Amino acid sequence: MKKVLMGNHAASWGARLSKVKMIAAYPITPQTHIVEELSEMCGDGSLDAKFLKVESEHSAMASVISSQSTGVRSFTATSANGLALMHELLHWAAGARLPIVMVNVNRALAPGWNIWVDQGDSLSQRDTGWVQLYVEDNQEVLDSVIQGYRIAEQVNLPVMICYDAFILSHTYEPVDIPDQDLVDKWLPGYQPEHYLNPEKPSAFNGLVMPDNYMEIRYKLHMAHERAKSVTNEVGQSFGETFGRYYGAVEAVECDDAEMVIAISSSATSPARLVIRELRDKGMKIGLLKMRMFRPFPTEEVRAVLKGKSKAVVIDRNCSWGKGGIFADEIKGAISNQEDMPAIYSYITGLGGRSITPDLIHEIVTEVESGEPPAELSVWKGLKQ
Amino acid sequence: MIEIRIHGRGGQGSVIASKIMAVALFSEGKWVQSFPKFGVERRGAPVEAFLRLDQDKILIRSEIEAPDHIVILDATLMEVTDVTSGLKKGGWIIINTHGSPEDFPDFKDFKIGCVDASRIAADHRLGSRSAPIVNTAICGAFARATELVGIDSICNAIREEAPIKPEENAQAAKDAFEAIHLAETPSN
Repeated sequence: MKKVLMGNHAASWGARLSKVKMIAAYPITPQTHIVEELSEMCGDGSLDAKFLKVESEHSAMASVISSQSTGVRSFTATSANGLALMHELLHWAAGARLPIVMVNVNRALAPGWNIWVDQGDSLSQRDTGWVQLYVEDNQEVLDSVIQGYRIAEQVNLPVMICYDAFILSHTYEPVDIPDQDLVDKWLPGYQPEHYLNPEKPSAFNGLVMPDNYMEIRYKLHMAHERAKSVTNEVGQSFGETFGRYYGAVEAVECDDAEMVIAISSSATSPARLVIRELRDKGMKIGLLKMRMFRPFPTEEVRAVLKGKSKAVVIDRNCSWGKGGIFADEIKGAISNQEDMPAIYSYITGLGGRSITPDLIHEIVTEVESGEPPAELSVWKGLKQ
Repeated sequence: MIEIRIHGRGGQGSVIASKIMAVALFSEGKWVQSFPKFGVERRGAPVEAFLRLDQDKILIRSEIEAPDHIVILDATLMEVTDVTSGLKKGGWIIINTHGSPEDFPDFKDFKIGCVDASRIAADHRLGSRSAPIVNTAICGAFARATELVGIDSICNAIREEAPIKPEENAQAAKDAFEAIHLAETPSN
């Protein structure tokens, strides 16, 4: 069934089709529609789930940690300051190896108060142990929530699906809502190996002495390593069933490219337009869509960038005092490797400023000019 | 690709008008993208909504700065907003007004459609007489002037989207479709 859906309702549909059993959430712009729609679905019986209203995002995460611990597929959604308030419990969810799926609508953190897109909210949760996917359009929002549960439940890690405030959250566009029967076959009910069960009492998350702690953390890290190939397998399997293929990254026209633009989330779409236009003019340019951020798709990035002369990384985020975060991660991934491109790091589009095809053209022209990369990330579109 | 900008005031339903048009266009096989100006809406304050349509998937993700057509839900906005900003020459300006195209001599580069959507909405008891809900009527006027979408598709989209009074809303669109005064030749 194809419908014109806003990004937020695509997320609600993803949760509904995944037959989540428990939703706990606290509203925050620009996420509110997601849980509003889910509460209506719970109210009218189209989704058989418990909807728990809580008094804060911290409690929302605590609640889904609890419900997921009892072996129940759980969902929540948040944004910006709400995600920041969850911080302590994000570590807990990952450390407890709970396959929760959460949607985070990327929004700037205050102050100054700004409800528009900036990826800094979720990128600053990098080391909490969550798998993070950054998605491009409303169809991918819906598809990624469903895939999120397959990934999460295979590796026992929580998964965060991130997309841009307003540009996707409040934008209506056609979305194919898959048949429930098909989703049920592809994503069967959650079968936890261990869970809080009065029939079979066990204790979780107790004190761990130094002689065991490192091994537990190593397992968490190795689960992330596994999550890379699992994400690719899940994206492939999803494509075989639903006709839309996904992976940790997507490379467009990269095989013979001399320059590659690496970009994430909704800004990938205008970059696709730019690539097409420049290809038509004979320029050898490609696109690397960075869908997965944690675990970092090191091997995929290396494979795409090997032999290229220049890579432009466009970041809608900044690690204060360092620069564009994807750029920095990509530099890390290609260090100690031979035959890798120079990395040009650009920061733009913060706080909801548009990333237009013209802006991307300007960046490409600048990089093409022959200058070596600047020492620091270049802020593009700054007012004088 | 065709781009449309809708000017209204918070509470008039500009965003829903844009969505109704999108749903109608999608039902006729177009790819659509409909979104509000990325801002904070306040009742009565000027708001904008955007609509893009194309044969293929739309990849542009920024606000519309050079629309092909504009729709104005409240004529008093023309006193406070540069509504024609970026509007392409020869594009339609569809205005909710009891006036007629000759009343807008400043718009000589454009085609003008005038419809008293407030009266039509009030006649169908949509909203109140002082604050009528004009967004469904204006969709009918839009269909007639631009010929981008059929009135039947608009009415079906309204029936799908209207939270209350679906038939009255659909009838308002039909009435506006019939009643709009069109000045199809730019006077310049």
